[in-house]
Amino acid sequence: MTDGKKVKSHKSPILSSSEKGVAFATPTPPYGMNIKKLKEGAATAVFALAACVSILAVALICIFLFANGIPGMSKIGILNFITGTAWKPGNNIFGIMPMILGSIYVTAGALIIGVPAGILTAMFLSRFASASKVKILQPAVALLAGIPSVVYGFFGLIVIVPAIREVFGGSGTSMLAASILLGIMILPTIITISESALNAAPQSYYEGALALGATHERALFKIILPAAKSGVTVSIILGVGRAIGEAMAVMMVAGNQARLPEGIFKGVRTMTSNIVMEMGYAADLHREALIATAVVLFVFILIINMLFSVLNRRIKS
Amino acid sequence: MMMQKIEAAGVRALVYTGTLFTVAILLGVVGYILIKGIPNLSLNLFAWEYSTENVSLMPALINTILMTLLSLIFAAPLGIFAAIYLAEYAKRGNKLVKLIRITSETLSGIPSIIYGLFGLLFFVTALGLGMSLLAGALTLSIMILPLIMRTTEEALIAVPIEYREGSFGLGAGRLRTVFKVVMPSAIPGILAGIILATGRIVGETAALIYTAGTVAKVPDNLLDSTRTLSVHMYSLASEGLYTDQAYATAAVLLVIVVGINALSVYIVKRIAGRSYG
Repeated sequence: MTDGKKVKSHKSPILSSSEKGVAFATPTPPYGMNIKKLKEGAATAVFALAACVSILAVALICIFLFANGIPGMSKIGILNFITGTAWKPGNNIFGIMPMILGSIYVTAGALIIGVPAGILTAMFLSRFASASKVKILQPAVALLAGIPSVVYGFFGLIVIVPAIREVFGGSGTSMLAASILLGIMILPTIITISESALNAAPQSYYEGALALGATHERALFKIILPAAKSGVTVSIILGVGRAIGEAMAVMMVAGNQARLPEGIFKGVRTMTSNIVMEMGYAADLHREALIATAVVLFVFILIINMLFSVLNRRIKS
Repeated sequence: MMMQKIEAAGVRALVYTGTLFTVAILLGVVGYILIKGIPNLSLNLFAWEYSTENVSLMPALINTILMTLLSLIFAAPLGIFAAIYLAEYAKRGNKLVKLIRITSETLSGIPSIIYGLFGLLFFVTALGLGMSLLAGALTLSIMILPLIMRTTEEALIAVPIEYREGSFGLGAGRLRTVFKVVMPSAIPGILAGIILATGRIVGETAALIYTAGTVAKVPDNLLDSTRTLSVHMYSLASEGLYTDQAYATAAVLLVIVVGINALSVYIVKRIAGRSYG
C-alpha cells in the first residue's frame, strides 16, 4: 500500500485535495465561476477531507493490527491461540486464555465495586443533593476522571496493594487490587452518564408515583431508575470499555502472572498488560502473538462499542 | 406507614453511603498523593539535566510541553475542520457523515495501548520514524482527534441559527459566516475541548511507551526519543528505586493534570453562564 501518500493526507489535507475524498463534497463547480465560489468549494473540500481523517485512521488501525496479528495467529492456530491455557514465549507456546479470563474477571470485579457506588452517587447528585452540594461534587467527580492512569496505578501500588497484603496475606498484587483500582477509575464515567440519564427521566413519572402514595425514595428506585435504565446501562458499558482497555494502572497492581486466574488474592495478567510487558523485547512469533493479543482485545472493544451505539440510538429515538 | 418510613430511611442511608464512598475515594487518592508528594519536592527534582542522582523531572516536563504542542498542531486544525464540516456543511442523513460519526465514535473507544501498538507498527516501523517525539505526537493526535471533533461540534451547534441567518442575509458566504460569525462565538467551547485534550495528552502513558520511548532527555530534534512526565512517573514507580521522588513526581503530575481539567471546566461554566443575546 502507499503509506507515504496516506500519511501526507493525514498531516495536511490541504495539500492533497487531489485525493478521492473531494468528489462528494465539492458541489461540482462549473468552470469559469467567480473566485468566491471557487473559494467556497475549496473550503468545503478541505473541511470534508479533514472529516475523513477519522475514517482513514480507523482503516489504518484495522489494517495494521490485522495484517500484523492475523499471520501470527494462524501460525499458532487460532483455536490454540485463543483457548490455549499456557503462555510460554520461551518454548513458543502462545495461549491467551489466561489473559482473556484475566481481563474479564478484573473487569467484572471493577463493576461489582464501581457500579453500585456510581449509581448511588448519581442518584444522590440527581435527586437528593442541594444545588450547592452539586456545585461542589460535580467538578470533584470530573477531577476524578482527569487523574492520569499512572497516578492511579501508583496509588494502587502504595496504598491498595500493601493494604491487601496486610489484611489477607500474600504479595498483595492481585486480582482484587486490580479490581478495586479499576472500580475507582470507572466511577466518574458511571456517575456522570447515569446522572444525566436520571435527570432526563420524566418528572411526571415521579409526581405520579408520589400522588399514588409512594415515598420519595420508593418513587426514585421503583420508577425513575427503571425509566433511566438505558442511560444507566450505557454508563456501565462505557465503564466496561474503560476497564478492559486500561493498561498501566492494572499492570502496576495485578501481579501479571501469565497463568489461569486462581483466586482473587492471586496475581492475574490482562490482555493489555501482556502487550505492555513483553512488547519491548519480543521478536518474531512472540511479537506477532502480542499483536494478535491486541487484535483479540480490539474485537472485544468493537463489540462493546457496537453495544454502546445500539443502546445510544435507542435512547435518542 | 411505619414500614414505609423505615424503607425510605434505609434507601436514603444507602444513597448517602454510596456518595460518601465516592467522596472518600476522591479525597483519599488526591489527598494521599499530595500529602506524600509535596514534602518530597526539592530543587534537585527541577534540575535541567536528568541524572540518577537528582532524578530530575524537568526534562520530562519540557518533553511533555513539546509533545502536547506537536500533537495539538496536528490534531487541532484537523479536529476543528472536521467539526466545521459536520456542523456547518454536511447534509443530514448523508452516508459519508454517518461513516465519519461511526469511525470517530470507534476512535474514542479504542484503548490507549492499542493506539500505542498501532503507532509502533505504523509510525515507528512502517514509516521509519523510530521511537521519537514525532511518532509519539502523531499517535496521540489520532487519539485526541475524536475528542476535539466532538467538543468543537458541540460548541458550533450551540451557536444560535439566527447568527448564521443574519450573516447570510447580509450577503456573506458560508465560509465567511463560519469564520467571522460562528467561530468567534464558539471559541470558548472549542478552547475547552482543546484544553481537555491537553489533559489527556499529559496523562497518557500506554500510547507513548512504544512510540516516543523513554529517554529522559530533552530531544534535539523531532526524531529523538523522549519521555513525557507520565512515562517518567511510570518508570520511577516501576523501578521502585526512587520512592520519594516518585511521590513528588506523582504530586506534580496530579496538580498539572487536575489544573488543566479545572481550567477546561471553568471555561465551560463561563459559557454556560453567559447566554447568547
